[in-house]
Amino acid sequence: MKRLVILGAGTAGTTMANHLHHKLNRKEWEIDIIDERTEHHYQPGYLFLPFDIYQPADIVKSIKEFVPSDVHLITKKIDRIVAGENFIQMADGDTVPYDLLIIATGAKIAPEETEGMKGKEWYQSVFDFYTYEGALALRDKLRNWEGGNLVVHITEMPIKCPVAPLEFAFLADSFFRNKKMRDKVKITYVTPLSGAFTKPKSTAALEHLLHEKDIFIESDFAIAEVNNETKTIVDYGGKEIPFDLLVTVPTNKGDELMERSGLGDDLNYVATNKETLRSKNYANVFVIGDATDIPASKAGSVAHFEAEILTENILHFVNDESLTATFDGHANCFIETGNSKALLIDFNYTTEPVEGTFPFAGIGPLQLLKESRMNHWGKLAFRWIYWNVLLKGIAIPFVSSNMSTAGKKIN
Amino acid sequence: MEKMIAQMNVLVNEEGYLTDFTQWNKEIGDELAGEHNIVLTTRHWEVIDYIQGEYKRESPLSIRKIGKSGVVDIKEFYALFPAGPLKTATKIAGVPKPASCI
Repeated sequence: MKRLVILGAGTAGTTMANHLHHKLNRKEWEIDIIDERTEHHYQPGYLFLPFDIYQPADIVKSIKEFVPSDVHLITKKIDRIVAGENFIQMADGDTVPYDLLIIATGAKIAPEETEGMKGKEWYQSVFDFYTYEGALALRDKLRNWEGGNLVVHITEMPIKCPVAPLEFAFLADSFFRNKKMRDKVKITYVTPLSGAFTKPKSTAALEHLLHEKDIFIESDFAIAEVNNETKTIVDYGGKEIPFDLLVTVPTNKGDELMERSGLGDDLNYVATNKETLRSKNYANVFVIGDATDIPASKAGSVAHFEAEILTENILHFVNDESLTATFDGHANCFIETGNSKALLIDFNYTTEPVEGTFPFAGIGPLQLLKESRMNHWGKLAFRWIYWNVLLKGIAIPFVSSNMSTAGKKIN
Repeated sequence: MEKMIAQMNVLVNEEGYLTDFTQWNKEIGDELAGEHNIVLTTRHWEVIDYIQGEYKRESPLSIRKIGKSGVVDIKEFYALFPAGPLKTATKIAGVPKPASCI
């Protein structure tokens, strides 16, 4: 028997287990999946927790529920990957040898990277919403907050779901309007980028929305420190922005496991071929989802599309064929804009988000790069799709793993 | 599009970044720096050398990476190229604006 080992039972790892358990020849291959956690969180749901739109029960399920019964789930901590010798060293001293390895260990926040961020104001007036604990602490804060300067802030790129902080700002605007206290809150969106987003056409559309909602934007802000005494964030150029409530997206990093294994870059991301999804250093190691260093969004939709490509390439690999499936960087993201509306963007490595209809050319029903109620219902429906379709490795009808240009206003 | 810089016709994009690094020379660097009111010193040139080296190795650039490069720390990088140092320094160096991410 040969052994395929998947590290990480999040979105990417779980989806791969579901794809491969019936596509690999199981008389030849055993599949193991390793994750020290027992809960699977629907991470896009963290955005809605602070505003009491979702409750914890909506976004937490058990990992076990989504791992196929013929895949061996190992709930233990990994010490390191010994890639040169094809085995995993577990923290308890055990070893797990592999013939083929899929790294799907994701990314997480590292607030300690910024001076003062985890100071005495952490979870008092400084919050993240990229963790379950952070989102819940922020929910409790917002329930009683009386207003002031709300600063929504991105520390540095890349981050998971680059549109999430914008969505947070939009949802905060409608949250305070509904509470009849919008006039007591000044919302400022602070980003290290030159504008609201990374691609020109969506930046224009999103900046228009920020303006419409009276949200101020401070761009090119590279944070040097959070000053807990003066309650300001200070950038390397000396610019200071005061806050009463700071909602920050701290630096995101890959798992420390990569550092221990000597497989990561300075942010613990793994060097990965952006088309085949194979490790640049080891022929029998593949990487998927937020753990890679490829220039695609760190988002669940990307992991989903990558999983379809990677499954093909894994099958090519075990059959000694060349890796002909190529990933194009496809991402598809709903952007909540408040008041039960949302935008939808669809893009890849080379084509930026443009206007149009999705998934059917000329019909929709979803509108690209334009606010609509239908898009909002699409985003809410997505939670069901996530648990029932996406994690199970079932293709989403009419949405292909590589991006389609049909129905789009390119140029 | 074409732009005349230091008596040379070079190809630039709509943001003024050179699109063909082989057309770059030190005079062009000096003139582009002048457009940002920067007079290039030895320290500036050390940073520009580093940036061009990373570009040639196809290694993506970020402020964090420059801060860890050993060539310059982030505070000095800001002092050398005020306001958006990475964007300004890459433009002067004749390399593409870093796609800081998606």
